[in-house]
Amino acid sequence: MSVPVLDLEGVAYAYPGGHQALFGVDLHVHRGERVALLGPNGAGKTTLVLHLNGILTPGRGSVTVSGLPVNDGNLLEVRRRVGIVFQDPDDQLFMPTVRDDVAFGPANLGLRGEELETRVGEALAAVGVSDLADRAPHHLSFGQRRRVAIATVLAMNPEVLVLDEPSSNLDPTSRRELAEILRSIDVTILMVTHDLPYAVELCERAVVLSGGTLVADGATREVLADSSFMARHRLELPVGFSI
Amino acid sequence: MGSGHTAHLHVDGTTAIHRLAPHVKLVGLVAFVLLVVSVPATARGALTILLVLAVGVLVATRVPARHVLPRLAVELPFVVFAVVLPFVAVGPQTQLGPFTVSQTGLDAGIALLLKGTCGVVAAVTFAVTTRPRDLVRALQHLRVPDPLVVIASFMVRYVDVVLDQMRRMRVARESRGFRASSVRAWPAIASSAGALFIRSYERGERVHLAMVSRGWSGSMPVTSPLSATSSQWAVALLPAIVAAVVSATVRLS
Repeated sequence: MSVPVLDLEGVAYAYPGGHQALFGVDLHVHRGERVALLGPNGAGKTTLVLHLNGILTPGRGSVTVSGLPVNDGNLLEVRRRVGIVFQDPDDQLFMPTVRDDVAFGPANLGLRGEELETRVGEALAAVGVSDLADRAPHHLSFGQRRRVAIATVLAMNPEVLVLDEPSSNLDPTSRRELAEILRSIDVTILMVTHDLPYAVELCERAVVLSGGTLVADGATREVLADSSFMARHRLELPVGFSI
Repeated sequence: MGSGHTAHLHVDGTTAIHRLAPHVKLVGLVAFVLLVVSVPATARGALTILLVLAVGVLVATRVPARHVLPRLAVELPFVVFAVVLPFVAVGPQTQLGPFTVSQTGLDAGIALLLKGTCGVVAAVTFAVTTRPRDLVRALQHLRVPDPLVVIASFMVRYVDVVLDQMRRMRVARESRGFRASSVRAWPAIASSAGALFIRSYERGERVHLAMVSRGWSGSMPVTSPLSATSSQWAVALLPAIVAAVVSATVRLS
């Protein structure tokens, strides 16, 4: 078996206030997989995501990214490899123009000049927003901002793209267009979502986090088809949607 | 930032002033303003010449007056102060139309008005011809400490986001029958302001998280360095040079 892109072994974490959010999570994600991370509010999904690039460090257990352990010495490389797209694009896009924002990550990695330009151009093209490069983020529609947010992370050539609620607040057309983009880019994806139909559509595999532990890991359709399991973990499909 | 900049000062254009490199323009602006301030207050003729020069440069930007005039309103508090000054200052009295006013106050008021208007006109000229992004780049190029540059840059970016949040909170208040009609409404407004502060603070934390996630380590990367030719410097410093000559002439004569 190849080295997993994401390899979590017994990750446990308690917040400084004492609230224990994760109780020993094991998760392996391999190259090219698209995995949905599901779970009710407060299950610890965001806490888990923040462990993937070393924002939080586990109290117990370990996180390894393509063989590289996440520790203080490797943070920059880990953050290049793991691209997190946060839920609110206004948090992600903080530079005065789209171009500057997409350049921010690769510039932190030391890229300059021609090379940086190329990287920015490719990332914008990958999400279909090349024409927005010189616009200010607050003049874009929400769907455009979400796509630019993804470009800002793609520009760092990540090995895994971690998306926090990628379909939230999108109109149906933007939601479908985003799905097409996510399918078209060649990168491993871990997608945190409450949008179960979206998970079915995009991810062949799903893991369910509930109460700080992983309670399911399998084919998305099979996981979602078990209605009593779903009910136990406060997950439900939209009315009228069946698998 | 091609389109739709209604909320900002900058107006697109193609004049020589628009095309000047932003750091050159910024240095020219600051030098001009400082030199205007250095002109003795009694030299009204000299100050008037400099004001005409400043207005001339503003007109040369070809930015429509309807856009420029409201921006000049920022000077109004100083105008009020300058107008009040002759009436409240002490010292020898003089006759001004039907009023008896203080000579010292009158002199100070006129000087304040002339110098203040020069400064405001020059600053507005800079603001309408420089994109916010370029202002940030100019500050960075001129080695302004990084935290200040980042604060300026974030203000440019988030002012609309915060205003929008404020507007939504007002709509939500009013939708529940709130009307800011008396002092009794103040607690509700105060708690809205508090909530807005907390939300902005939390946003700051999330933005920081997003920055750190993309490899930020405390300093903003310079992705597109600025450069300027010596003729650009000459053009940008011209008003300041004129001001220097005027100031020196007044002092020496």
